Amino acid sequence: MNDSPTNARIQRELDDNPVVLFMKGTPMFPQCGFSAAVVQALTLSKVKFKGIDILTDPELREGVKEFASWPTIPQLYVKGEFIGGCDIIREMYETGELQKLFEEKAVETVA
Amino acid sequence: MAMDASEIQRLIQEAIPDAKVTIEDLRGDGDHYAAFVVAQSFAGKSRVQQHQIVYKALQGRMGNELHALALQTSTPDA
Repeated sequence: MNDSPTNARIQRELDDNPVVLFMKGTPMFPQCGFSAAVVQALTLSKVKFKGIDILTDPELREGVKEFASWPTIPQLYVKGEFIGGCDIIREMYETGELQKLFEEKAVETVA
Repeated sequence: MAMDASEIQRLIQEAIPDAKVTIEDLRGDGDHYAAFVVAQSFAGKSRVQQHQIVYKALQGRMGNELHALALQTSTPDA
């Protein structure tokens, strides 16, 4: 990992927000089915999260891939830890692991 | 911008020799695949690590030539 401004920016987002989803589009208007699927899993889990649109920012788009050593978007982070992409989140949601993770990490829920 | 299922299979198999790899062409368009990779060498690794091993095997094609690969990994006894 290098100390580029993009990396610093990613790290700042992760420090400031307990649940961060790097995605295509916004939580209201996802631009990709995989991003939409993760937004849905988070919404159904009733957690507060920050969706960050990487389509509007080519540097961030490449930056997050390098940051997590993960070639695809979406990417979910909880309390600074990379949890996975669409397949993993979907699997975790279906098995109940995702909800358990949010409980264990004491993630704030939507009232 | 598409990739052959056999090519995906070959790359994964080469990088993870003990893996049992099954590829499914989800839409028959050579662009949306599902891969099931079962390997004993995944034992003790997290799901993220297992997926990273497979992505690494694909040598940068994931997210480029290969648009969509739904990935499921496990160990034989899981």
